[in-house]
Amino acid sequence: MIGNPGHPWLTVVALLVGAVAFGFAPLALAWLWARFYSPQKPGREKNSTYECGLESKGDAWIQFGASYYLYAIVFLVFDVEAVFLLPFAAAFTALSLGACLAMLVFLLLLVEGLVWACQKGVLTWA
Amino acid sequence: MADDLKELKIELSKNGIFTTTLEELYNWGRKNSVWPLTFGLACCAIEMIATTMARYDLARFGAEVFRPSPRQADLIIVSGTVTKKMAPQVVRLYNQMPEPKYVIAMGACAISGGPFRDGYNVLKGIDRYIPVDVHIPGCPPRPEALIHAFMTLQKKIDQQALTGESRPRHLHADLPSEFPVPAYGDHGLEPPANPDVFPARADNPLKVLQ
Repeated sequence: MIGNPGHPWLTVVALLVGAVAFGFAPLALAWLWARFYSPQKPGREKNSTYECGLESKGDAWIQFGASYYLYAIVFLVFDVEAVFLLPFAAAFTALSLGACLAMLVFLLLLVEGLVWACQKGVLTWA
Repeated sequence: MADDLKELKIELSKNGIFTTTLEELYNWGRKNSVWPLTFGLACCAIEMIATTMARYDLARFGAEVFRPSPRQADLIIVSGTVTKKMAPQVVRLYNQMPEPKYVIAMGACAISGGPFRDGYNVLKGIDRYIPVDVHIPGCPPRPEALIHAFMTLQKKIDQQALTGESRPRHLHADLPSEFPVPAYGDHGLEPPANPDVFPARADNPLKVLQ
């Protein structure tokens, strides 16, 4: 670098400092502005969690019906499985034996779920 | 700003030099980025929605970003009939908005109860509980009316001072940020009005009416 006696990375350091300052300067200015022109005014309702106008009632820790497990199984079989099947098919010829076996075990588990759901009559409607 | 400073500013602008104050710059930014709350109560809300759409296009005034959370909103447009059951929720939402915040009461119902004024369950104007900046009459007001109200609010924001005794309420650190939320009692809302924002007057016989 002509005319620069310092370390060759000095320019990069200068740019880095500039970039960080560019990010922090507006934040610092906003903080300063808020300090002088935006007095903190917390309150019971302002600090409350729920924000649709109604007061929250009861506890969020409630029990869900265990019967929803069937929906979970069907979701895994038809949604999550499809997401994994596409890359599996695309990379099938290049897979090692171990990876192929692992994938087949995964498929077997989900097929079991499908059979289970079938027997429960989830897949027949109308 | 003092008059001689104003003259100096005009003189400078004639010579191609633009001067401004921090306060003017701040208010200019604020008035052009007012974010309303996504909040509709009745038929007026349909007009409010129309105002934001392509034909009337509230985005021209920088107010197209309707926020789904009161934490991010600057303006609450009370658009429609406020029932006594809904009034506490309106006040609570207003309380949850950060300062500085503004209120537009849109339509006959929001400003006075409108055609349902004599109904047992209708609040006779939201200005009984929260400070309203702009009232719009009409049933419902057309989108042009809402835009006019919005421009009026912009003018108001533009004139607000940052310092001095005349500065707006939120800049007084000792004044509380929250307004009392009315409760639904045996005979309507209690209290029937917030005396801080809806002062009881001798010539106002409505003050005791629910």
